[in-house]
Amino acid sequence: MSENYTFNPDVLGEIRERARLGRYPIRGMGARRAVPNFDDLLLLTASASRYPLEGYRERCATRTVLGERNAREPVVLDIPITIAGMSFGSLSAQAKEALGRAASEVGTSTTTGDGGMTPEERRSSKTLVYQCLPSRYGFNPDDLRAADAVEIVLGQGAKPGGGGMLLGQKVGARVAAMRTLPEGVDQRSASRHPDWTGPDDLRIKIEELREATDWRVPIYVKVGATRTFHDVRLAVAAGADVVVVDGMQGGTGATQDAFIEHTGIPTLAAVRQAADALAGNDHVKLIASGGIRSGADVAKALALGADAVSLGVGALIALGCNDTEYDGPDGTRGDARPGYAALGMAPGSCVACHTGGCPVGVATQDPALSTRLDPVEGGRRVANYLRALAMETTMLARACGKADVHHLEPEDLVALTVEAAAMARVPLAGTDWIPGREGR
Amino acid sequence: MCGIVGLHLRDDALRPRLGALLRGMLCQVSERGPDSAGIAVYGDDSLAPVGQATVSLLGTDPSEVAMEGVTVASRGDVTLVSAPVPTEVLATRVAAALPHAVIVGRGPGLAILKGVGHPVTLADRFGLDTVTGYQAVAHTRMATESAVTAAHCHPFSVEDGVCLVHNGSFANHATIRRELIGDGVAFDSDNDSEVGARFLAHRLAAGDDVEKGLRRLCERFDGFYTLLVSTADSFAVVRDAIACKPALIAETDRWVAMASEYRALATLPGVEGARVFEPEPEEVYSWTR
Amino acid sequence: MDPLDLDRMSVRDVNRSLRELRAGDEVTVLNPMGRHNLAVGLDNDVTVRIAGPAGYYVGGLGKRATVVVDGPAGWGVGENLMSGLVRVRGNASQSAAASAHGGTIVVDGDASLRAAISLKGATVAIAGDVGAYCGFLAQAGTVLIGGDAGPHLGDSLYEAVIYVAGRVRGLGTDARIEELTETDVKTVTDLVDRYGFDHVDPRNVTRVASARQLYHFDTHAHDAY
Repeated sequence: MSENYTFNPDVLGEIRERARLGRYPIRGMGARRAVPNFDDLLLLTASASRYPLEGYRERCATRTVLGERNAREPVVLDIPITIAGMSFGSLSAQAKEALGRAASEVGTSTTTGDGGMTPEERRSSKTLVYQCLPSRYGFNPDDLRAADAVEIVLGQGAKPGGGGMLLGQKVGARVAAMRTLPEGVDQRSASRHPDWTGPDDLRIKIEELREATDWRVPIYVKVGATRTFHDVRLAVAAGADVVVVDGMQGGTGATQDAFIEHTGIPTLAAVRQAADALAGNDHVKLIASGGIRSGADVAKALALGADAVSLGVGALIALGCNDTEYDGPDGTRGDARPGYAALGMAPGSCVACHTGGCPVGVATQDPALSTRLDPVEGGRRVANYLRALAMETTMLARACGKADVHHLEPEDLVALTVEAAAMARVPLAGTDWIPGREGR
Repeated sequence: MCGIVGLHLRDDALRPRLGALLRGMLCQVSERGPDSAGIAVYGDDSLAPVGQATVSLLGTDPSEVAMEGVTVASRGDVTLVSAPVPTEVLATRVAAALPHAVIVGRGPGLAILKGVGHPVTLADRFGLDTVTGYQAVAHTRMATESAVTAAHCHPFSVEDGVCLVHNGSFANHATIRRELIGDGVAFDSDNDSEVGARFLAHRLAAGDDVEKGLRRLCERFDGFYTLLVSTADSFAVVRDAIACKPALIAETDRWVAMASEYRALATLPGVEGARVFEPEPEEVYSWTR
Repeated sequence: MDPLDLDRMSVRDVNRSLRELRAGDEVTVLNPMGRHNLAVGLDNDVTVRIAGPAGYYVGGLGKRATVVVDGPAGWGVGENLMSGLVRVRGNASQSAAASAHGGTIVVDGDASLRAAISLKGATVAIAGDVGAYCGFLAQAGTVLIGGDAGPHLGDSLYEAVIYVAGRVRGLGTDARIEELTETDVKTVTDLVDRYGFDHVDPRNVTRVASARQLYHFDTHAHDAY
């Protein structure tokens, strides 16, 4: 007998989990299901009609400037690849420090998360983006003024429209103190900001943050990708310098599974819609995030209209997430497999960030587990990863004949599937057919 | 998302200053809705002659109005056609004579002015400073999901003498639109606020008064809204259950005013002594002449 | 100090001038006319008097300063305050003292909906009534309401404590009325004396705090979420 497609073993497991818990399953990471993504696009590199630039010799610029619209000190990055907002609380202090070290080493930015800024993170990060979230945990004017940019978070790709739920296991003494919460409670975070609703009020909020920072730093607005075109237009109307669009593949530390798998739109579709919404607004920049893994993904996102990308899960994997080993003392490596087994997980498919039992020390507040990540070693791995991504991006851009990665354009792309062609609005490979385009 | 202001005069001595007072209010909410604006004026004889019906039109101009027995005025992109006949008779005649025009306002003594652009520029183009009357409502728009055109501007006036303006966004308007279309209601735009206006008009036609119609609207619509509804002799305000969009009401012996923000009230005569309060969620507040 | 006149200066220039004040300075801001973001982000021991109505976020993101509004205030007065005092000699609109971590926010009139939402340690004293959802998700701090409280008072409270001198129109989820202790009476007495809330009898207030039933995700409390 063949397996039931509708009620397959995964589905049976999910039903049993709900039957056991009496509530929705909560987990970490992003959407696991297959959705159209950057693998469904290909770059049309040069041949006879266009000439490639010589790799390793001829210049291909990666410098990226964000926030020139209003800020006295725009964010200037060496590469268009940034680290997304992930909270101390969700991640260990070691993981936050490692991300800061990596970003600083390669000349890019990292971002705080729900719960505020840690001194380690500020010290280790050359360019640090400070998030202003609905919960406002740990939000304060000193850290605001210490930041290099401010990101107002309306939502994230894993759960657009949803609030947070950080389970008590991860609310240790330091996290609790930073968030002004009793230790060990399951914290419920708000889905809306406490003091404004709607883009007209957001305009006033943005002005407040500019006044409090003396118009020095750029203000980003981050949205989870749903009604992307309208949301991006409204973020611009409200005065954002940079719009961050997080597609449904974007990760999370702890979110209801139903949210992760069933809300929002794929990053591929979101980038194109966001770029359309920004057409004619050259001074407002676009950061795309959600499932970016490789330099090829970066090049394709830039070609579709992003000015930079942001990545979370990819950086965590580079740190050691889902690896079988962790950083032991004196350069040794420890066996993480028993830790995964204790969580009912296996390395390679672990999504137990929400439990705080991370066996490689990335997504935990357990003092014994968090020391399994060496911030220096972890930082080195992430820096290597970011450098590799940047090199892949310039390699592909050069091959398309571009002297600047920001010169990549939608016309450099074709799609492998009709779905991706329709979402990205680029031709199906080998044709000049763009689904939905009039007159074709 | 948007800015709303409205002024309902109790003291007739203020009638010559209605437009100037409204202009002062409108300028203070222009940042809330910089892309377009609309104004409803009740009782300005030069725009909508007393004792006659007036329809306000977009998409035409006075030279195209070749109709017998009507008077024609214009302000900005709006053409106003008036005649001493019932409103529906005039609206039917205008629709037949100018099929390409969009009727954006209808009612005795009611003129609707709408346009795309910065609200302050529009106020000048409409000559708002010289407008007179006993009641006026204005709206500045920051479009959320539908297009920025004059036809998408508030106020929506789809029933004889009734105007509705909205700040916020409805979350289930598509279904209600389909239901209304099923009941034979026609729409001029894809704006969610027009659904609110059509729903209310539909309820009024079924015999509800404004207050009852607004209570039904609260029951039926999801989303965030502050609504200001005016008729030839009344002025009403209601907010959603969560009261997510701002609203203030101020009341003196000489006037009743409503605005999204206090700054829009700050220039009104005698505001220092006014009773100023925020409307409670889902409670209908109304004033009648 | 010479007053700063908003008829002649932009909000941006006024705020810059306020940031440049030295400890002990006192200044009046004229013709505020409900403008937004006045005296936000201050970080010094100064006294700023706003001579008239203020718009959104007046005194927000502040430290150490004293900001007095002689008139009503818009949304989010004193939002995210860290220390110092923001006092409104009139009514406050929605979300007064939202997420305030420290310092004191005093409203001599009424406050609208969601006052003290997500409060994180500040003291909030409102002489008059408050609208619905006062203290929603408030994590820490003290709220004194001199008048009546609207429905859903203290919904989803954490460790903040609310005292109500008037009537409570309804408690929010997980909020409960608790017995008044001598410590409570002393806390309320201090506030009443300091801010001149003569109409409040510290021994005759209702203490509202969290029942702590939502502290741990309970599968059978679905309606509460």
